[in-house]
Amino acid sequence: MKCAVIQFPGSNCDVDALKAIEETTSQPVDLVWHTARDLSSYDLIVVPGGFSYGDYLRAGAIAKFAPAMKEVEKAAADGRFVLGICNGFQVLTESGLLEGALRRNDSLQFRCEMTELVVANHHTAFTRHYAVGERIVIPIAHGEGNYYADEQTLKKLKKHGQIVFRYAKEHNPNGSVDDIAGIVNERGNVLGMMPHPERAIHSRLGSADGRRLFTSILEVWGETHAAIQS
Amino acid sequence: MDFLAKIYITLKESVLDPQGTAVTHALHTLHYRTVSDVRVGKYMEVTLSAASTEEASTLIRGMCDDLLTNPVIEKYTYELVEA
Repeated sequence: MKCAVIQFPGSNCDVDALKAIEETTSQPVDLVWHTARDLSSYDLIVVPGGFSYGDYLRAGAIAKFAPAMKEVEKAAADGRFVLGICNGFQVLTESGLLEGALRRNDSLQFRCEMTELVVANHHTAFTRHYAVGERIVIPIAHGEGNYYADEQTLKKLKKHGQIVFRYAKEHNPNGSVDDIAGIVNERGNVLGMMPHPERAIHSRLGSADGRRLFTSILEVWGETHAAIQS
Repeated sequence: MDFLAKIYITLKESVLDPQGTAVTHALHTLHYRTVSDVRVGKYMEVTLSAASTEEASTLIRGMCDDLLTNPVIEKYTYELVEA
């Protein structure tokens, strides 16, 4: 499985993502600059956390016009895997690859802490190594993670099982509607989430619960790949 | 012709505005008790050239839809004046 992590000016979780993928899957990972015009050889593209373009205008608003984002759109359309973490989630909603938007936290505070998540859908390529309803601990670090979708969109997300992670009921850190922490697109190959699984890959980091997200992707990729070869 | 567009961007009514709520509370603390609501938005001035007011209008709407606002949570109005 060939993986790429996109670096925008202002990304700051790019190397964490690279190390996490290497550590959990032993697959090759490249850091690619936001000006990259051909990412067609990558099976997984990560849009990492940080403050792309200084979060000017709105978080993710300017990053969506980077040449590399055209390649992310192609990957999504091809059924390859796209993972947007934190600022990456904001970029994916701004670019329309995922529904909804991320607003300022309702507390107006930047929240940097461990959060308890509930796995809402374990039938995705990103979550098959979790159990449905399982509680996992993954850190957050954001000021604008307050997910919003209108009633109609929310209904659609629920109907298609697109809500993948929720904050545990009593621990919603930002005011997200329906406690949403992460969603996939309808096809299930694009995941956006505010919490940072790449920062939770070893108990020494406070949690190893993020590991299975990466091992899930590798397993699904392996099966598809084997199916194509046979 | 040169135009100046004054663009006002606000959150949709259905979207809660935590900044506005915080400002409302602060105003109440300062004894401005008749304040019932504050909504915080953005104001932008865009200077541009266009052949006509209609063309300038079309361009501004395009800019707002493509980049300047997020239609999922925001709405906008604008005034156009010859600069």
